[in-house]
Amino acid sequence: MALTETLEPVQTPEARKGYWAGVAQRLARDPVSMLCLAVVAALILAAIFAPYLGLADPYKGSMIARLKPIGTPGHLLGTDEQGRDMLARLIHGGRLTLFIGLMPVVFAFFIGSALGVVAGYVGGRLNTIIMRVVDVFFAFPSVLLAIAISGALGAGIVNSLVSLTIVFVPPITRVAEAVTSGVRSLDYIDAARATGASALTVIRVHVIGNVLSPIFVYATSLTSVCMILAAGLSFLGIGVRPPEPEWGLMLNTLRSAIYVNPWLSALPGVMIFVTSLCLNLLSDGVRSAMNVRD
Amino acid sequence: MTDKLLEIDHLTVRFKGARTVHAINDLSLSLGPGETLALLGESGSGKSVTLKALLRLLPPKRTEIEGDIRVGGTDILRLSGRSLQRYRGGDVSMVFQEPALALDPVYTVGAQIAETVMRHKGVSRSEAMEVALDMLKRVKIPSPERRLQNYPHELSGGMRQRVMIALALACRPRLLLADEPTTALDATVQIQILLLLRELQKEFGMGVIFVTHDIGVAVEISERIAVMYAGQIVEEGTTREIIKDPRHPYTRGLLAANLHDVARGERLAAIPGAPPALETRPASCSFAPRCALAGPDCRAGLPPVVTPAPRRRVACLRADEAVPAE
Amino acid sequence: MSATELYDRLPDRGGPGQPLLTVRGLRKYFPIRGGILGRTRAMVQAVDGVSFEVRKGETLGIVGESGCGKSTTARLAVGLIERDEGDIIFDGDALGDTLSLRELRRGIQMVFQDSYASLNPRLTIEESVAFGARVQGLSDPMGRAHGLLARVGLDPARFAQRYPHELSGGQRQRVNIARALAMSPRLVVLDEAVSALDKSVEAQVLNLLSDLRAEFGLTYIFISHDLNVVRYISDRVLVMYLGEVVEVAPVDAIWARQAHPYTRSLFSAMPSMDPDNRTEEPPLTGDPPNPIDPPEGCRFHTRCPFAATLCGRKVPKLRKIGADGHLAACHLHDPASGHPKAGKIA
Repeated sequence: MALTETLEPVQTPEARKGYWAGVAQRLARDPVSMLCLAVVAALILAAIFAPYLGLADPYKGSMIARLKPIGTPGHLLGTDEQGRDMLARLIHGGRLTLFIGLMPVVFAFFIGSALGVVAGYVGGRLNTIIMRVVDVFFAFPSVLLAIAISGALGAGIVNSLVSLTIVFVPPITRVAEAVTSGVRSLDYIDAARATGASALTVIRVHVIGNVLSPIFVYATSLTSVCMILAAGLSFLGIGVRPPEPEWGLMLNTLRSAIYVNPWLSALPGVMIFVTSLCLNLLSDGVRSAMNVRD
Repeated sequence: MTDKLLEIDHLTVRFKGARTVHAINDLSLSLGPGETLALLGESGSGKSVTLKALLRLLPPKRTEIEGDIRVGGTDILRLSGRSLQRYRGGDVSMVFQEPALALDPVYTVGAQIAETVMRHKGVSRSEAMEVALDMLKRVKIPSPERRLQNYPHELSGGMRQRVMIALALACRPRLLLADEPTTALDATVQIQILLLLRELQKEFGMGVIFVTHDIGVAVEISERIAVMYAGQIVEEGTTREIIKDPRHPYTRGLLAANLHDVARGERLAAIPGAPPALETRPASCSFAPRCALAGPDCRAGLPPVVTPAPRRRVACLRADEAVPAE
Repeated sequence: MSATELYDRLPDRGGPGQPLLTVRGLRKYFPIRGGILGRTRAMVQAVDGVSFEVRKGETLGIVGESGCGKSTTARLAVGLIERDEGDIIFDGDALGDTLSLRELRRGIQMVFQDSYASLNPRLTIEESVAFGARVQGLSDPMGRAHGLLARVGLDPARFAQRYPHELSGGQRQRVNIARALAMSPRLVVLDEAVSALDKSVEAQVLNLLSDLRAEFGLTYIFISHDLNVVRYISDRVLVMYLGEVVEVAPVDAIWARQAHPYTRSLFSAMPSMDPDNRTEEPPLTGDPPNPIDPPEGCRFHTRCPFAATLCGRKVPKLRKIGADGHLAACHLHDPASGHPKAGKIA
């Protein structure tokens, strides 16, 4: 009998496309995710191009035009306690807030993934050492840890980035370790090892591609928390220093105006709320888009 | 109305979703009280779907079911609410392949059996515990009094499957459905469970539908065998008829592939190819693309059902042809 | 590509008389750790003192139930897990002495049971097959991969670019076989490689394995729980129970006479296939004991119908009980053992 028997294809040819193309397609079909993506993208674009949008100077105050309500001509969203244009400050504030809110997760993603993948793949004593150290950090609530580190390092943008990165490395390491040791036990890793490939080659070719997406999804779910924490640090005065526009800081300085003009003082809070909500929903959308296996 | 325990008439099951799957296509089957039937087939043949349809376990949103299923004259597809609950676990119960997954890990085995008995028979907890103990004795679990207090994870695979059987039989069902209950077990344990099921079947007099992919297991457990392929029954008869005088080319292929009594080094008469994907409803013989005997007539339309003897049927145009000389 | 180009076979060293693989006194205990400090609480005695030979060109079948250590033995032989003790000698070269792990892996490849878990879901099948050849620096890995895919019955034009989930179980297992062959091994360990396949597909893959064995001059270790399949494909059979070898014999010899009581039980546990002559009595009761704490003496004595007091104390040695290399580890077959029924039961 001929060995090249007719073998029925199990799947139709149009199913043959890249994995990420499929994820993008499924994500595009989810209206909530698309709306959130649009909001987040608009905020990021506005923040990046803030100087070119023809807004008022976010630093220039006016003693006369303080705490103007929303809808004041010339100040669409009113002015703050020093008479600075709120719209300009909110959009410019997005630059710092989003930067401090997102970058720590990015840094933590790389550091945590590296630690977790090594711990999960190598196992044994190295795993015990890495994971015990991680557990120590993990024992503290993230808010407390961020405040403690920031307090020790002092206020400032760089210090905020460092402290928030330290806060998010342990949870990402944990997830990376768990996912990696799961993959590590699969037969294709053994098959790859049986070819005589070095651990580094096996990790590069066979582990990374299979662990990165679940770690990535987890990391995206942390961005909203990080945003809130970053704003929180600034609110407490151990993050960004005045007069830089930053949502958390703005929320703090406008706090005293809450009885005078409550809607105005709620604006930075609304921004934080909307952004973190959208990030959260978007991360949920990405998660379910990636889980589907046809 | 009839003396049949189970009657399935023209059952069709379709799964809707990104792709439609025609899982069961016009399946008819009957079972008398106290009969043991093995549903034999490979993965994707629809044998497990048939069992799930019988217990109404298929997700209603994604499933389209047509046809008729009657157990003791009751139309199963019309049951709902309390009567469905009474039916499941009362009249009909099921033994699964993985007892580790089917048993609840947070309750002792005694509590699980007693709970089922209380729910269906409305007896007190102490009476139900008596029944549980009696059932553990009947499935031959050593030191049953002690085992009542065990959690499923404290038992070995074979013991867990015995508990699963005790649980399934505690309410004296008229029909027992078994979905590959011995597949996950070791050979020496598998034969113990098969013999136990055979003994309990005689003792309780229930009807049994035993789903398996293993012909040897089917021979050990059943009086009758129905061979499934692509969501249809392609051949049915007594176990002796199927083993000694298989008529459908697929049944013959399966028997040959079992490698019982094949000389070493001899080339195997393998069935080429793989089963169809069932994305469309079969309009001709589903086995024709893999069949050595198939001709243009086989691809033209659905094969006729030939009945060479009472309660014996073969869905094949070539059923009467002599076994081709090898 | 012709078969010779597809295959960069390692040269034979010791001649046909020297076993391709010799395993001596292989032992592996897995610690079960507990507590925060990861202290060892118990040991799973997965493989304990296993010795056997695989001759050049033969197929050695290994049978036994779950927990008997057959898969662990396979992984030890391929060097996927580290042995605690014992020698692994490949064509005269001892691992760790004149043979490096990397060299051993060139010579022995493995095919696993789960066809899906043994392929990287993110790689196309041509990438998976070419990976090993690339690692070993063999010439033209991709051409080799395509040649081997064609050889196992998967047209590269149609299949090479597919991902594992786009193939059926039988097709995936063909890919796994091609992947193993891409390393041009001399010995292929097939660990339940056909067990998860449907019967009709299993026969196709068995035919393929027979063809490849003839064409590339392969030697197989074939691990399975299905005695019919083992009988069909193997030349010799090794029976394991709780981490130990209890019997070794040529296929025909063991089918004619099972010397060890466990082997006999395993064979009688096979479904009869004859509706007029069904099994009436289970050959054994209960489940196999836990390898964490195996019985003293002969590990089978707790379930053995012939067990005497001696069996619980003294470990039986694997000894010759017939011509053509039929070995069994049972006091019944040692007249000097002191077992009351020694030599009286066939």
